[in-house]
Amino acid sequence: MKYLMLKHYRGAPTSVNDVPMDQWTPEEVTAHVQFMNDFAAHLEQTGEFVDAQALSPDGTFVRFDGAGKPPVTDGPFAETKDLIAGWMVIDVDSYDRAVELAGELSAAPGAGGAPIHEWLELRPFLTETPDTTA
Amino acid sequence: MDEALLRGLVPRVIGVLVRRGADFAAAEDAVQEGLIEALRTWPDRPPRDPQAWLVTVSWRKFLDLVRSEDARARREEVTATEPASPVSTATDDTLQLYFLCAHPRLTPASAVALTLRAVGGLTTRQIAAATLVPEATMAQRISRAKRTIATEPLNRPGDIATVCRVLYLIFNEGYSGHVDLAAEAIRLGRQLHRMTAHPEVAGLLALMLLHHARRAARTTADGEVVPLPDQNRGQWDTHLIAEGIAILQEALATDQLGEYQAQAAIAALHADARDAAETDWVQITEWYDELVALTDSPIHRLNRAVALGEADGPRAGLAALAALDPALPRYTAVSAHLHESDGDHAQAARLYAEAAGHAASIPERHHLLRQAARLNADR
Repeated sequence: MKYLMLKHYRGAPTSVNDVPMDQWTPEEVTAHVQFMNDFAAHLEQTGEFVDAQALSPDGTFVRFDGAGKPPVTDGPFAETKDLIAGWMVIDVDSYDRAVELAGELSAAPGAGGAPIHEWLELRPFLTETPDTTA
Repeated sequence: MDEALLRGLVPRVIGVLVRRGADFAAAEDAVQEGLIEALRTWPDRPPRDPQAWLVTVSWRKFLDLVRSEDARARREEVTATEPASPVSTATDDTLQLYFLCAHPRLTPASAVALTLRAVGGLTTRQIAAATLVPEATMAQRISRAKRTIATEPLNRPGDIATVCRVLYLIFNEGYSGHVDLAAEAIRLGRQLHRMTAHPEVAGLLALMLLHHARRAARTTADGEVVPLPDQNRGQWDTHLIAEGIAILQEALATDQLGEYQAQAAIAALHADARDAAETDWVQITEWYDELVALTDSPIHRLNRAVALGEADGPRAGLAALAALDPALPRYTAVSAHLHESDGDHAQAARLYAEAAGHAASIPERHHLLRQAARLNADR
């Protein structure tokens, strides 16, 4: 079964080790990046990695505004909305395994080399044919 | 099996089929089928004359395609009533294919895909893998592109500037997995350069060679960005640099300056310096003046501000920057760099962090974050 792990720029509860990344030392940034790369590489080896992408923070809400009119964009309220920083899709045997992996990813090192304890959102994929095997 | 040789045959074979009366789209489909057959059978049974083999098999595939279509009668009528296309050499046919695949009516993504297939001889699967797009999506994109240009004749003079733009797009697509698109763009650029004496084609080829020569030094093994001053110049490919500079000098001697030649001249000045401190920023600034005069591009104005900051000092660079739109890509990163050179580390750190939020790639984001972290850690 596939799960989406969502990393938030904004919208998730505050992480425990909450220091903006530009306030870390260059070595701490490098260690963090290395951890993320190693994590993805490890999941490729276990056969649980599907896809990972990072997103720009410049998000916009867009809505249909009636026939013949250009779509509405959200204008000046950009600071209030939930923003996704990126995702990783994993294909695992169980919900428990998905939680375990999300927990590992949340332990990525941050300022002072200590785990960030950031909140990751875990969402199961809906499939066309639900998994009904007992 | 020499895959490059096989791919080099593709545009010529398409040309032969078109001269025999096939329309471009059908000829291109048929040669793709022939190509896939060749990739399958040649390793075991290499042909004596590869081009003749590919022509024969592709023509047979074309006849199969025509027979299987209901529109056969109509197609035969069209072929019979149209004036015969002028007899031309294989080289001319290949050049016409470049023009057709870079047709202004195509979107850039479609022109890139069609050029890689019809001129570059890559299969749909290879193009899909190299551009990180699903194969079914890429097949649709190519079919749509062929329908768009279905009625364009293959014997009209084309727009060399559009061809250059498409090749440079392919080059900048970089590489992923099996197919190296930068190397492919250089191979096609060399072929185009042999076929036409256009100085901008030479300029583009020189530019690609000079960029390619520095590729090994531009990133670490982990894919992190290494900025130009910090690159290990011993890793630069001196043969490619010498070749690029020679081609550029010949082009400049024709006295028909264009934007690719000007960009190549800037790349050549960087490649020529033994270390970063030796870089001739005064001349580089002058070339940016030429580029701005040729293109009036805000991106070139932004790069000019960087060069001016090195040539005349960071204050001059910041003054040039003040005249530009802060919404330009990389504006904030350039501003951060110039403020750092000017000694204002607090402002520079703030700007690097802001620039990281707008970075266009993950390695660039990490690089900018690390710059901010470095300045913040020093304080």
